[in-house]
Amino acid sequence: MSKLYFTEDHEWLNVDGDTAIVGISTYAAGQLGDVVFIELPDTSKTVAKGDDIAVVESVKSASEIYAPVSGTITAANDALEDAPETVNDDAQGAGWFFKMTITDTSQLEGLMDEAAYAEFTKE
Amino acid sequence: MGNEGLKRTPLASLMEELGGKMVPFAGYAMPVQFVDGVLKEHKWTRENCGLFDVSHMGQAFVVGPDHETTARALEALMPGNFVGLKPGQQRYSLLLTDEGGIMDDLMVTRSIHPHFEGWLMIVVNAAFKTEDFAQIAARLPDGVRLQPEPNRALIALQGPKAAQVLEPLCADSCDMVFMQSAATAIGGIDCHISRSGYTGEDGFEISVKAEMAEDLARLLLKSKLVKPIGLGARDSLRLEAGLCLSGYDFDESRTPVDASLTWAIPKVRHEQADFPGAARILRELSEGTVQKRVGIKPLGRAPARDGTHIHLDGVYVGEITSGGFGPSFGGPIAMGYVRADLATPGTALDLIVRGKAHPAEVFKLPFVPQNYYRG
Repeated sequence: MSKLYFTEDHEWLNVDGDTAIVGISTYAAGQLGDVVFIELPDTSKTVAKGDDIAVVESVKSASEIYAPVSGTITAANDALEDAPETVNDDAQGAGWFFKMTITDTSQLEGLMDEAAYAEFTKE
Repeated sequence: MGNEGLKRTPLASLMEELGGKMVPFAGYAMPVQFVDGVLKEHKWTRENCGLFDVSHMGQAFVVGPDHETTARALEALMPGNFVGLKPGQQRYSLLLTDEGGIMDDLMVTRSIHPHFEGWLMIVVNAAFKTEDFAQIAARLPDGVRLQPEPNRALIALQGPKAAQVLEPLCADSCDMVFMQSAATAIGGIDCHISRSGYTGEDGFEISVKAEMAEDLARLLLKSKLVKPIGLGARDSLRLEAGLCLSGYDFDESRTPVDASLTWAIPKVRHEQADFPGAARILRELSEGTVQKRVGIKPLGRAPARDGTHIHLDGVYVGEITSGGFGPSFGGPIAMGYVRADLATPGTALDLIVRGKAHPAEVFKLPFVPQNYYRG
């Protein structure tokens, strides 16, 4: 059974065991506006929590995406290269960014669940 | 959020009511986008008609005893031919430092009304209006004065259907061509309109008393062809049209020759050679400059923002000054300065985005054809 987590940087992680699918939240996609380009991390890259590993460019600006936890990138959503607008259409589904294996699942403990994230983005 | 202490234009409340996402810009709370978002707003303006609140820009009159005296006073600060302006004509010009650097760009208009003989209207950028007005006022001769008009709003109505929207409300508008102005009324509201704008499209800029601005905007928005458009799309529209953003695409360190704006210096002023920095600018015209402003097209999908370094064979040759995504162009677009010998369209360059070289080429501006109405 997978579980959904959110970070304060507006990323979501769909975690199943020690693997996670990562993207940006529907809320974040709405705030960014029309996404026109995404720079995805190289697969098999090892990342530490907090590293900047991807970039989302909207019409207005560029935003860094940080590694939500430490681990190794196992896949990137190449479909976003030709269809970056997928992030606006389906941020928490088809608009996923990358998959990773998590080095230390205890790093998930500080993250928010869906209800806490909804509260976090309320104001 | 973060908008406390910001000035508000006469249309700020209406923009909020229409769903504008307000952000700080040049000391004002301005809508950066509406619910549709920048891409759709941009395309709507290119295909239909967008309404922009540009009341934050600096409107003023330069007032002298007669046209020639006022025009000459401005010609001492700028390289335009204002003496030769016919009633109702408008010109784009540049406010120059004594060294020939560009402080700001602006519009100068001669009123069509005989009652305003000796008056020229200017519109400067919001971000520089305080400095511009101080500079202009300080450099005007005795007998010519600057009269800022803080109680006027400015609405830009832009797009291929702008004329269709305005015509039933303002019969005078249909006879006007690009860069012509008129004192008229729209739906009974007195205003001063010019057939101009900063999107590359046909359209009008409408100066109106602050207290009538909201009524006028609501009247224009009644048309199904008109949508409110934010600053985000205003920026992508002007970049696609190859138009400069003051403070980015030029500043006091750049001359009109550097900035590829020599078309704003008419022949008669070359001959007179009496505008600020004329000796330097005329020398640069014949001998060339170190760098030139050009259009730059990234060949991949990654946009290159202002500040991005431009390399050739690993060597720094210039910098991006405006960059983003062109919704109508359908890809990333930019402008910047490159070494003058590399300014030819088609020249291959690299853009250093986040440490990696991305291929790009010099591109002949504009990115989309300009669509002005010249009659």
